[in-house]
Amino acid sequence: MTNSIREIEAADVIFVIGSNTTENHPVIGAKIRQAKLKGAKLIVADPRRIDLAKDADYFLQIKPGTNIALLNGLMHCIIDEGLQDHEYIRTKTENFKALREQLKEYTPEKVAEICGVEPEDIRQAARIYAKGERAGIFYAMGITQHTTGTKGVMAISNLALLCGNVGKTSAGVNPLRGQNNVQGACDMGGLPGDLPGYQKLHSAEVIEKFERAWNVRLSAKPGLTIPEMLDKAEAGLIKFMYIMGENPMVSDPDIQHVQKALEKLDFLIVQDIFLSETAALADVVLPAVSFAEKDGTFTNTERRVQLVRRAIQPIGQAKADWKILMELMNLMGYPNTYHHPEEIMNEISSLTPQYGGISHDRLSLEGIQWPCPTKEHPGTPYLHKDGIARGLGLFVPVEYEASAELPDGDYPLVLTTGRILYHYHTRTMTGRVEGLNQISNEAYVEINPITAEKFGMRNQESIYVISRRGKVTVKVYTTKTVEENVLFMPFHFAEGAANHLTNRAIDNIAKIPELKVCAVRIEKIDDPFKDEKLSFGDL
Amino acid sequence: MISLTINGQKILTEHNKTILEAAEAAGISVPTFCNDKRLIPHGACRICLVEVEGVKNLPASCTTPVAEGMVIRTHSERVVQARREILSLLLSNHPLDCLTCEKSGKCKLQDYCYEYDVKEDIYGGEKYNFPIDASNPFYQYDPNKCIVCEKCVRVCNELQCTGAIGLNERGFLTHMGTPFEMGMKHTNCVSCGNCVSACPVGALLPKNKEKYRLWQVATVKTTCAYCGVGCQLELHVKEDRVVAIQPGEGSPNDGLLCVKGKFGYSFIHHNDRLKTPLVRKNGELREASWKEAYELIVEKMQQTKATYGADAFAGLTSARCTNEENYLFQKLFRAVIGTNNVDHCARL
Ligand code: SF4
Ligand code: SF4
Ligand code: SF4
Ligand code: FES
Repeated sequence: MTNSIREIEAADVIFVIGSNTTENHPVIGAKIRQAKLKGAKLIVADPRRIDLAKDADYFLQIKPGTNIALLNGLMHCIIDEGLQDHEYIRTKTENFKALREQLKEYTPEKVAEICGVEPEDIRQAARIYAKGERAGIFYAMGITQHTTGTKGVMAISNLALLCGNVGKTSAGVNPLRGQNNVQGACDMGGLPGDLPGYQKLHSAEVIEKFERAWNVRLSAKPGLTIPEMLDKAEAGLIKFMYIMGENPMVSDPDIQHVQKALEKLDFLIVQDIFLSETAALADVVLPAVSFAEKDGTFTNTERRVQLVRRAIQPIGQAKADWKILMELMNLMGYPNTYHHPEEIMNEISSLTPQYGGISHDRLSLEGIQWPCPTKEHPGTPYLHKDGIARGLGLFVPVEYEASAELPDGDYPLVLTTGRILYHYHTRTMTGRVEGLNQISNEAYVEINPITAEKFGMRNQESIYVISRRGKVTVKVYTTKTVEENVLFMPFHFAEGAANHLTNRAIDNIAKIPELKVCAVRIEKIDDPFKDEKLSFGDL
Repeated sequence: MISLTINGQKILTEHNKTILEAAEAAGISVPTFCNDKRLIPHGACRICLVEVEGVKNLPASCTTPVAEGMVIRTHSERVVQARREILSLLLSNHPLDCLTCEKSGKCKLQDYCYEYDVKEDIYGGEKYNFPIDASNPFYQYDPNKCIVCEKCVRVCNELQCTGAIGLNERGFLTHMGTPFEMGMKHTNCVSCGNCVSACPVGALLPKNKEKYRLWQVATVKTTCAYCGVGCQLELHVKEDRVVAIQPGEGSPNDGLLCVKGKFGYSFIHHNDRLKTPLVRKNGELREASWKEAYELIVEKMQQTKATYGADAFAGLTSARCTNEENYLFQKLFRAVIGTNNVDHCARL
């Protein structure tokens, strides 16, 4: 997030797109509603009539995969009515002319057609956003998990720049990061092209700096992203994998493919707190500890680095992940000892400019938002206060493109996936909490009542959902949350896993898979012709 | 700035403060049931009343703004007497089962009755006799213990903004409840437990799996391990077990949590937790010692590196683990194994 969670309450316009905030970031969802109570205007755009739609002044129920068309349409209307922030554009941005040219054809009528909404609603929403003094945009995987995910993010940034909403409080561009520490994992260099602090591998200077600090020669060859790793594993080129605290056998697209890839490996280590579906395939499983059994830090979605404190002894012989990693490094002949995660943080802050002033000591009072370059620096509640990091805010015109797999005669419905309030990711944790299972314990598919009727399906009936990649059995949940011919499945459940169906087509820039759109068909289980149709899920 | 006198002490304060805020800022504590900094002052319980010179009745300090020259007494005899009456009235309609009540030790009614020496039900009047609502999987509601401070209702309306509960009935029978007494399970309640965390007495209580007294637990402040909001939590720990979770104050969550952060912790002690390393032997995962597991890993690592080179390795680090662990994971891959094939599920 460019801005802070605290700032939400003082926003006068909030635009939520591709985020089911009240279920996936519930406390931020509550803060958005608090702002609404205090008089903020709320615009919501999503393929599902999510809970927040009830609170919205304008709700745009767009077809899955049409974010960019909508965003461009909103900008078209703003420019058409001259509502953009002229002064901001002149002094703080560049390339506006190209954007204005490119947006000409995104008329509300044309966009309404693509997105399946009313042209007037687009105009109204555009006016509300543009007239906000402090308008914040909040988005999540509904924007990014598309083959055009990166472009979607650019379109959001264009919109925010257009109305001068970058570099001030209670506004900004605010991606809501999913997992507790996905921000931190990125910050720490858990990416194939970046060393800690997004320092680029391709810079000789960076490599030299880390070689000196770590006292080894480093490879400057960019590494592989997850989809590339899996492809190469399936091709027999990756031999050895080490998976720490992840469960791609449920969370990743096209599970059949994931399984083939992992089974092809010579050796697989999985380090986790439970025997996950992925751990079950491992050659060695290492028992790690939960957050309650270790010290360290997580960085939340607003870049706030916060302490995690050990409350209990490790269960059984389990060990903290950092200990396991350190011991393995030592056994591999790299002498590097830390007595406490605090010492690791000191090393991090010496090498990572954004974390330069961060230490466990300082965090013991309150979390600090990076960038925090020095011990005296108070942290940064919102970014770009003194101008955009790269100088001027750059408008990057982006075109709407259809999703990789669209419905057709064989697979006439669109499936979109996501999370629900009561579970987390692959349910290794929440699936072991009784009350949560009492509320929700099995896979289901949301179907509009009209679509259900068309296929002769009743609420609660078990059916097959089938895509080109797989077939699963799930319960029907009829609801008007989804529009006709659009289905939604939560991906949490290993049994009836949505990711047996999803498409692994990726965004070429960020390599993010298109989990939000694929084509499927549905079948009744007692369908007499079912045996003649694709059914490897049954094998 | 405004100057006023509280308990003989001269105090300077900003003009938009309440008497309660001014007193608290001066280190004088005044009892409260319904007050909560995060909520619009409501004046429902009146336990915070004080004496203001020149004012006939005793105003509630949480709703009365300060004024220049005010002379206030927070614990005069008259005030103490009035508070005792309020407490006696509450107690006369309250089940006196502190011996078994889970809230014992952190109950404001209990604390204030002790402080003001209110012992028993002197009125001997009628008591509530409502059924307990245990329909929510995570918490239960005992209307008989409700002191009608409305904190829960306001938290649900003003902070959580779900609006699942309200006040039902009038007069003596007034109590917090669900629409048409349908039971928590049938409302739009999202089980965030924010009302439970705010209730000053034992009316709203988590359904605890383990028995403990509040004075037996140690409190550890930490960060929620579920989503990216990063809510601050206080783990309550008894005998090396996490037995409850309370929301932390301040950024980013200001005392709020969701159902996962508040109630989703029993996985920590679940029987399925991995307790030893496992090594695959004859196709099956078997328990092994750390030494065995490490030896095997190191052997395989060296072999693979020698035969296929460092780029035959790939690692998935974890968005669930700490910064320190993620840092070490990529360091292991880059500095020790020698490849940049490190990624994690940032995109999922
Ligand atoms: S349930 Fe608790 S918080 Fe709610 S009104 Fe009753 S006493 Fe107050
Ligand atoms: S648990 Fe949350 S949603 Fe339910 S009544 Fe309490 S505050 Fe409202
Ligand atoms: S309590 Fe809920 S909203 Fe807060 S960090 Fe945990 S999962 Fe997220
Ligand atoms: S705390 Fe002031 S009236 Fe309740």
